[in-house]
Amino acid sequence: MPEEIKLMKGNEAIAYAAIRYGADGYFGYPITPQSEIMETLMDEMPWETTGMVVLQAESEVAAINMVYGGAACGKAVMTSSSSPGISLKLEGISYMAGAELPGLIVNVMRGGPGLGTIQPSQADYFQTVKGGGHGDYRLITLAPASVQEMADHVALAFDLSFKYRNPAMILSDGVIGQMMEKVKLPEQRARRTEDQVRQEQTWATLGKPDNRKPNIITSLELDSSVMEKNNQRFQAKYKLIEENEVIYEEINCEDAEYLIVAFGSAARISQKVVDLARAEGIKVGLFRPVTLWPFPSKRLNTYKDKVKGILTMELNAGQMIEDVKLAVECNVPVEHYGRLGGIVPSPTEVFEAFKSTFIK
Amino acid sequence: MDTKEIIKPENLVYQKPRLMNDNPMHYCPGCSHGVVHKIVAEVIDEMGLSEKTIGVAPVGCAVFAYNYLDIDWIEAAHGRAPAVATAAKRLNPDKMVFTYQGDGDLAAIGTAETIHACNRGENIVIVFINNAIYGMTGGQMAPTTLLDMKTATCPYGRNVALNGYPLKISDLLVQLEGTCLITRETVHTAAAIRKAKKMLRKAFENAMNKKGTSVIEFVSTCSSGWKMTPDQSNKWMVENMLPMYPLGVLKDKS
Amino acid sequence: MAKIKGAVEINTERCKGCDLCVVACPSDVLKLGPEVNAKGYNYAIVVNPDDCIGCANCGIVCPDGCITVYKVKL
Repeated sequence: MPEEIKLMKGNEAIAYAAIRYGADGYFGYPITPQSEIMETLMDEMPWETTGMVVLQAESEVAAINMVYGGAACGKAVMTSSSSPGISLKLEGISYMAGAELPGLIVNVMRGGPGLGTIQPSQADYFQTVKGGGHGDYRLITLAPASVQEMADHVALAFDLSFKYRNPAMILSDGVIGQMMEKVKLPEQRARRTEDQVRQEQTWATLGKPDNRKPNIITSLELDSSVMEKNNQRFQAKYKLIEENEVIYEEINCEDAEYLIVAFGSAARISQKVVDLARAEGIKVGLFRPVTLWPFPSKRLNTYKDKVKGILTMELNAGQMIEDVKLAVECNVPVEHYGRLGGIVPSPTEVFEAFKSTFIK
Repeated sequence: MDTKEIIKPENLVYQKPRLMNDNPMHYCPGCSHGVVHKIVAEVIDEMGLSEKTIGVAPVGCAVFAYNYLDIDWIEAAHGRAPAVATAAKRLNPDKMVFTYQGDGDLAAIGTAETIHACNRGENIVIVFINNAIYGMTGGQMAPTTLLDMKTATCPYGRNVALNGYPLKISDLLVQLEGTCLITRETVHTAAAIRKAKKMLRKAFENAMNKKGTSVIEFVSTCSSGWKMTPDQSNKWMVENMLPMYPLGVLKDKS
Repeated sequence: MAKIKGAVEINTERCKGCDLCVVACPSDVLKLGPEVNAKGYNYAIVVNPDDCIGCANCGIVCPDGCITVYKVKL
């Protein structure tokens, strides 16, 4: 059977990939630029094929709490939104981290702050990786840079969130969500039966048989000595994730004298900048974090004595630049270039900025 | 006849419900919560649903409900229980899913979740404790606080200009097609408790028979928040709460 | 008609001395006693055992499920 290659939007790829993964439920709310995710799911009617529940909630707050309820039952559930909607979901995300619940949240970023714009942006980096909700928690964060990765990251994010019982986020943006590219969708997996869920998620609240104590999903603990232990358990988990789940891509970095560090759509633009630079004999490499948390600090650190300068290209006022500086321990000059308000800079514009910054 | 001869298993007529464990409950002496917990436990057991029931606990006095009834529980963020329950039920249609919420949880921060779960006709039961106050946080004004009623945040009595009107949420929910049974009950006398339990049973049956959302509002007391003894609270409730929140069936399509 | 006799057992450690059972009893069988339990509550005690008819009002209204009720027809 020939490989099944399709042309579709990044948002659509998320929807199809979720169905193919065997997701149990999606709970969403309309917001540009990601509404196609729910539209596609409603159009596909997976409740008639895989049995997947798809529900439009009354708000993003309700939607994330539906994810919380489904996750408490051990199910593979997800929601999606865009920046302002994600702000509304942060309490729920913190609750999921505190109750150690798996689940996928997709953020197709748009320009902020406030109602902002519907144009693309990457200005939710801090909100996502520095904990936008309350408390010491971390959010496994994947940054797709293509429609193919939008599809692939659904399974990856779900698997990581179940492996570590922690919410995971796909941090995309309006470019990746709206652009169309070829994509090979994953094979269809069967949804898990209740017995499978009971075996794999023994903590799930699926109704208490006589042979066990009640399962209670809560993040509440008034005894601070116990709450500290809970937090220490979370911190140990985050350490494990940082040691084992970092993903990044290096393009033309072996002989690089300069690096551009960029993720998502900014990385696609930066790839062209690398070509433009190389054409002028400037050895620039692209370092692309795929996991924004855990951030690839260790790997980036290896460049601190090898390159003369690092430019972070981000569609924001400069956020990931802080993590890059920390990674290279400020041994290398690290500068930022990015446009705000939803403007997406061209490769030549970025290349000019690179040159004026590093090649005086 | 000596009491020793009477106290025998075969003569048993009433005891603490099987699903209510021995953990001491943190509720204040005389609090209605405990009584409602008992009839919920009894209804679940009598319907043979203990292995299929998922309770959704709120934030509020009943935040520790999961420590007292031996079923599986999910604790929801404040006000979000109906959304949590929506997902739990839709993802597990054969399960019995109910929420247990106070007036602040259901009719203040969770108003939208309450209205929309009912409007979708989710096949769940909403157990609604209306004691017109935020008990857990120390007796603040709630949406259902009565006019002229004193609380920690309306110390001179609730007045319309400053605090608006008591919210009769159950009357709003009657208008939603998705609701099939809405009734106001109390648990301050044995007779009232027996009647309330029948209604609760009907609600649980509606949920299992996919007839839409049932809301049982328990007009309740809060002796510590109201600063009265439990018996005085019951009397005060009858004289002041019931005129504003009249008992009885508001809607029954079951 | 056959005489009915009742009897109750009170979990005095679980009782919070809320007095609602005393109020609910049609035969004044119960009272809050002078002794306090570990939590400092004056727990309910049976003062007129012979008058108990086993109606279970006390057990039903008790918010903490402290009272077990028995009844026998003589």
